[in-house]
Amino acid sequence: MNNPYIPTIFSIRKVIREIYNTVTIEIEGEERFLPGQFNMLYVFGVGEVPISISGDPTKPTIIHTIRDVGHVTHAITNLRKGDSIGVRGPFGNPWPINDYEGYDIVVIAGGLGLAPLRPLIYYLLANREKYGRIILRYGVKDPASFLYKRELMRWRGRFDLDLEVIVSKADERWKGKVGIVTSLFSTMDIDPSYTAAFICGPEIMMHFSARELLNLKIDASNIFISMERNMKCALGLCGHCQFGKEFICKDGPVFNYKRVERLLTIKEV
Amino acid sequence: MFRYVVELDDFKSFFDVLKEKGYEVIGPTVRDNAIIYERLGSFNELPIGITDEQERSAYRLKKRNDKALFGYALSPYSWKRYLFPPSIKLFEITKKDGIKIIENDYDGKKLAFIGVRACEIHAIYIQDKVFLDGKFIDPVYKKRRDNIFIFAVNCITASNTCFCVSMNTGPKVTFGYDLALTEVIEPNHYFIIDVGSKLGEEILKNVRHREANNDEIKKAEEVVNNTAKSMKRSIDTSDIKELLYSNYESEYWNDVAKRCLSCTNCTMVCPTCFCNNVEDVTDLKGESSERWRVWDSCFTNEFTYIHGNTIRSSTAAKYRHWITHKLATWIDQFGSSGCVGCGRCITWCPVGIDITEEIRALRSKR
Repeated sequence: MNNPYIPTIFSIRKVIREIYNTVTIEIEGEERFLPGQFNMLYVFGVGEVPISISGDPTKPTIIHTIRDVGHVTHAITNLRKGDSIGVRGPFGNPWPINDYEGYDIVVIAGGLGLAPLRPLIYYLLANREKYGRIILRYGVKDPASFLYKRELMRWRGRFDLDLEVIVSKADERWKGKVGIVTSLFSTMDIDPSYTAAFICGPEIMMHFSARELLNLKIDASNIFISMERNMKCALGLCGHCQFGKEFICKDGPVFNYKRVERLLTIKEV
Repeated sequence: MFRYVVELDDFKSFFDVLKEKGYEVIGPTVRDNAIIYERLGSFNELPIGITDEQERSAYRLKKRNDKALFGYALSPYSWKRYLFPPSIKLFEITKKDGIKIIENDYDGKKLAFIGVRACEIHAIYIQDKVFLDGKFIDPVYKKRRDNIFIFAVNCITASNTCFCVSMNTGPKVTFGYDLALTEVIEPNHYFIIDVGSKLGEEILKNVRHREANNDEIKKAEEVVNNTAKSMKRSIDTSDIKELLYSNYESEYWNDVAKRCLSCTNCTMVCPTCFCNNVEDVTDLKGESSERWRVWDSCFTNEFTYIHGNTIRSSTAAKYRHWITHKLATWIDQFGSSGCVGCGRCITWCPVGIDITEEIRALRSKR
């Protein structure tokens, strides 16, 4: 029997410093995954954390974007080219993008939330003819916090992708929009009855974004969010990631908004 | 189905027969003023003539007026410690000569559990669902579960904290055993034995027994029925899922939080609680590291810690999560209640929180 607790050890091919506390690592080795899935990353002697996959699903790479927020992620952000890292995965339910061919697609990202959405964007662009309008709205806290900045600029240059960004706190050099991501929703040119939305960011941001999209008459059953919780096994066996009756690891991390709408309004679930 | 009688003197030979078949026998024994489930060398280590008195926050051993072997209600231990060990090494990793992972074989010894109560069989089957029936199978649990022999016991006494009747899990053993016994003490000391599997039949073959007559069976039935009748506590499980799902935002949880210490005792003694954590232990040179899995509890702050923040930091939210999981979300997740009515969480709560009373209180505040 395959032991699901055992990671596969790879070495790191490339480390890119995205912003001050966040890196993107490219790991040797190949993995087939679907946009929205995650891996468990293990650092020798330190521990293991769930990290969404942020690479291109049309290529068998293993790419992750990690923010230094705890002792394991701190260790990961300090790894260099050639260092080893353990990988288990991919786990979890993906963004159900195949169910929405022919639809307008709205992608809403907040801060680091763009990382699990990037594979979805790659997929949409690789299959551009299958979808209607593609709209990306990205909010970050300040101008220094944009992930994948060069890529964002490249995407903004495309005529078949409507991308707007916003910062909640500007500095003196910022000439773009200031505010929260939902203030970018009024410019979305969509057919709400044929629109699917995929949201990832802080819980409160996902909650308010989803509400705003409901106001635009997008059906709740076509809105999806990606959740996170403490997670030790990713197998449905450790109990840590429970969110009401859901296990984030196996019932999520991507959830239909309708399914978790009520729980999102309750504190400390 | 035939039922058999084994006399007290012949009962002792079960130990030898099981050992001959390669089983290590685990059963009840007295240690530090409590009955625990431990490796037993012989029949004499059973808690002969000992019973337990249990109440909210109270557990005492007492002498019985007879020589009953299974005349107590329930151990603070549950069998889960043998199937889902409190701590086990998942693997070892070394980078001495290139990085290498050494798997643990998880020790799947043949174990014979003697003295498994009806509620405890339910608990084992509930954990089977968790560890063996999902998308991923737990290799630790699987290896152990495949190799156990269950010698069940019908209860001849209920403690004051038992409520299995209301949870539909006892006190009569109905499934999941290799052999099951009912101990009859008066006027003669004998055991009525039920065979639940081929393996059980094979073991019984090697122990002196005879077919039971109707009087003997009636007597045994009576003892178990009396246990059921003597049970004082109960949970009304009707619409229990809706009760808890509709009370997420109830003020009531603040009331429990005034009493609950978040000590984790209820989760440690619960025979179905399965939450676990992992710990990495490195040698001093930093050349090798071990990854251990240990029991965990949803009552700790670390349990829901996520980048700089604990999701469930208030005791109210922790208790709400625990009881809602046990009695409601468990049904959606695994198809049955996570509570078997064993009452351990009531006995071992240091401040006497009683799950049956908490549910009653929640219903009355609705």
